[in-house]
Amino acid sequence: MQVQSMFFKRRASEKLADGLLQANMRKAKGKFVDARAKAVLEFGNWEPLRDYAAKLRDAALADLDAYLVEFERNATRRGSVVHWAETAEEACAIIVKIAQDNGVRKVTKSKSMVSEEVNLNERLEAAGVQVVETDLGEYILQLAHEPPSHIVAPAIHKSKEQVADLFTEAHGKPRITQIDALTREAREQLREHFLSADMGISGSNFLVAETGTTLTVTNEGNADLVTTIPRIHCVIAGIEKVIPTLEDFACLVRLLPRSAIGQSITNYLTLTTGVKGPGDADGPEQMHIVLVDAGRTKFVGTDLQEMLRCIRCGACMNHCPVYQNIGGHAYGWVYPGPMGSVLTPVYVGIENAGDLPNAATFCGECAVACPVKIPLPDLMRKLRERQFDGHLRPWSERVGLHAWGWLAMRPGLYAFATGWAARIGSWLGGRDGLIHSLPGLDGWTKGRDMPAPSGRTFRDLYRERQGKR
Amino acid sequence: MSARENILARIRGAQGKPGGEPTAADLGRVRAVMANPVNGPQPAFAHPPDLLVQFLKECDRVGTTHAQVASEADIPREVARYLAAAGLEARIVAWPAFAHLDWASAGVTFESRPARRDDRTGLTGCTCAVAETGTTLLLSSPDQPKVTALLPETHVCVVRKSRLLGTLEEAFALVRREQGELPRSAFFVSGPSRTADIEQTMVIGAHGPYRVHVIIAP
Repeated sequence: MQVQSMFFKRRASEKLADGLLQANMRKAKGKFVDARAKAVLEFGNWEPLRDYAAKLRDAALADLDAYLVEFERNATRRGSVVHWAETAEEACAIIVKIAQDNGVRKVTKSKSMVSEEVNLNERLEAAGVQVVETDLGEYILQLAHEPPSHIVAPAIHKSKEQVADLFTEAHGKPRITQIDALTREAREQLREHFLSADMGISGSNFLVAETGTTLTVTNEGNADLVTTIPRIHCVIAGIEKVIPTLEDFACLVRLLPRSAIGQSITNYLTLTTGVKGPGDADGPEQMHIVLVDAGRTKFVGTDLQEMLRCIRCGACMNHCPVYQNIGGHAYGWVYPGPMGSVLTPVYVGIENAGDLPNAATFCGECAVACPVKIPLPDLMRKLRERQFDGHLRPWSERVGLHAWGWLAMRPGLYAFATGWAARIGSWLGGRDGLIHSLPGLDGWTKGRDMPAPSGRTFRDLYRERQGKR
Repeated sequence: MSARENILARIRGAQGKPGGEPTAADLGRVRAVMANPVNGPQPAFAHPPDLLVQFLKECDRVGTTHAQVASEADIPREVARYLAAAGLEARIVAWPAFAHLDWASAGVTFESRPARRDDRTGLTGCTCAVAETGTTLLLSSPDQPKVTALLPETHVCVVRKSRLLGTLEEAFALVRREQGELPRSAFFVSGPSRTADIEQTMVIGAHGPYRVHVIIAP
C-alpha cells in the first residue's frame, strides 16, 4: 500500500465531511467495545492474563534471534521451506518466484496485513498471477479496489447497500441487500476459486518455535480452504510473531478473539506444520514460510520495543475516539488507530507520518484495552519527542511549546495566566458550555464543539478542598 | 550477506549481543524454555466440576447442536434423526473409522471417502474436545481428511466422552504424549463458520459449514 500518511490532516477533514462514511461509522460504533467488555467480565481473571501475556511476549522478543532460528530449524525439519526477507520488495520477489517456478496461475488468499504492507497482490498480478482475496471483507474491498480500513473488520466503512452495488456489478446477478444473502452469494462465488487455485497464501497470527508451526485464528473457514486445498501453501509473516510454545499460543488465544470481537474463541484455530504426510488425503505438497522484517528490527532494542508485543486484535482502534470518527483510511497506511500511529512512523519514516502520533486525544483507552499492555500513549509521546528533537514539527508548534515550557517554569505567572485562560474559556462557552469557534485555533473546534472550561483551575479547586479538611 | 544473516545481526546488534548468530548458550536457553512449557492463567470455568456440562454449554454458545448416544452402535440412528430433523438428505461421507457401523438399517447412505465439492454432510471423529470453549480438535492423517469437516454444509462430529478435556493446553499435552508432535494440520473447530464483515452483523455460514452437530458417544 502506498503511504498517504503525510496527508493525514486533509484526509481526516474529508472523512469528517463524508456523510455516508459518518453514517457507516456510527453504525459500527460501540459494537466491538461492548462485546469485548462483556467477554472480559465473563472471563474473570483478565488482568493476570494480560500481565502474563505481556511478559511472555517480552521474553520471546528478548531472545527473538534464537527463537527465529529455532522456528526455522523445526519448520525445515517438517518439510517447510523458510525464506527471509529484509524488505517489502524482497518478500514480494520471493513469493513471485515461488509462483513462477511452479507455474502458478491462480492464488487464493486469506487475510494478511503484512501482505498489504508489502503490496503483494499488485506484484503477483504484475507477474500475471490471478489473486483472489477470500476473507469476505477483503473480497469486498478487492472488488472496490480499496485498502482495508480496519485490521480485523477490513470493510467496516462499507454499508450493505454499497456491498450490494459491488456484488451486482461483479457477479452479474440481481441486486440483493440482505446481509445473509450477500454472504451466501460471496460463498458461492468463492467456492470455485478455492477448488481451482494452485497456491494458497495466508498470514500467521503466531509462529510457534517449538514445533515450526504457522497458524490462523479465523471465523469464516476461508483460511482453512486456502491452506488445505491448493498444492502450494505460502505463509507470509512478520518476524516478531514468534512465540516459544503451543502453551503460549493457548494463553494468547484467550486474549485475541475476546479483545478483537468479544468471542471466547474463533470458530477455527488452524495450526499448520510442514507439508502433507505420506498417504494424507489433503494438504499441500509444498509449504513456504516467508519471514519479513520490513522495519520491525527498527523497534528492537529501542524505547519503542514494547510495540512488537502487538497481537493485531484491533482493540486499540475500536476504543479510539479519533478512529471512531474518521475511520481507518484517513491514517493513510495499512495500520490505523493507535497501533498504526506507532507502527507507521517507524516503518515508513517519521517524516512521512508525522501527524499520526499527534492524532490522539491521549484519553488512554487504547492502553487499557490492549491485551498485551502496550503503553500506546507513552509510545506516541516518545515519537512526538523524536519529532520535536528532529525539528519535524511546524514552527508555530515549537514556539508554542517553548512558550508553554517557559510559563510552566514560573508557578506564579502560570497560575495567573491559566486562571485568566480558564475564566475567558468559560465565558466563551456561553450558556451551552461549548466553544463553537476559536479564531486562529480552529483545529479544536472544526468538526466538533470544544467543551468549555468550568472557569476555575485545578489549582483553585485543589486549594479549596485542602482548606475544607 | 544474506537477508537471514542481516536480520539476525540487526536484532543482535540492537540488543547488544555479540556476533551475528545466536550463540550455543542462547539456543540452549530458549530450548530449555521450549522443553518445559508453562501454562498461563486459565479461567475458572476451564476446570468445571463436570466437563460435559461445561462443554455442552459452550457448544450452545457457539451454535453447535448436540446429542448423546448410549453406545457406538447408536451413532447411525442419531445421524439419521438429526438429518431428518434438519430437513437434510440421509446421505453422508465420513472418515473410515465409522465404516463398520450399520448405516443401512438406519436408512443413511454412507460413503467412506474424503468430501468433495458437492457433498452435503460430512461425518468425522475428533482427537479430543475442549470443554472451556466447546471445541473439537481434528488432526490430519490418511484416515482423517480435513476437507470432510470443511467442504460440506453440515459437519457431524463424534466426541468420545473419555476424550473430553478442560483446556487447549491439555489438548496439546495429549497430542505430544500420544503422537510426539503435531501432524500437518491441527484443526480446532468451535461451531459453524460465521462472519460479521458486513456491518458487523453476525451471519452463520461463511466459507465453512452452516451447521455443526456433535454426538457424544462413550
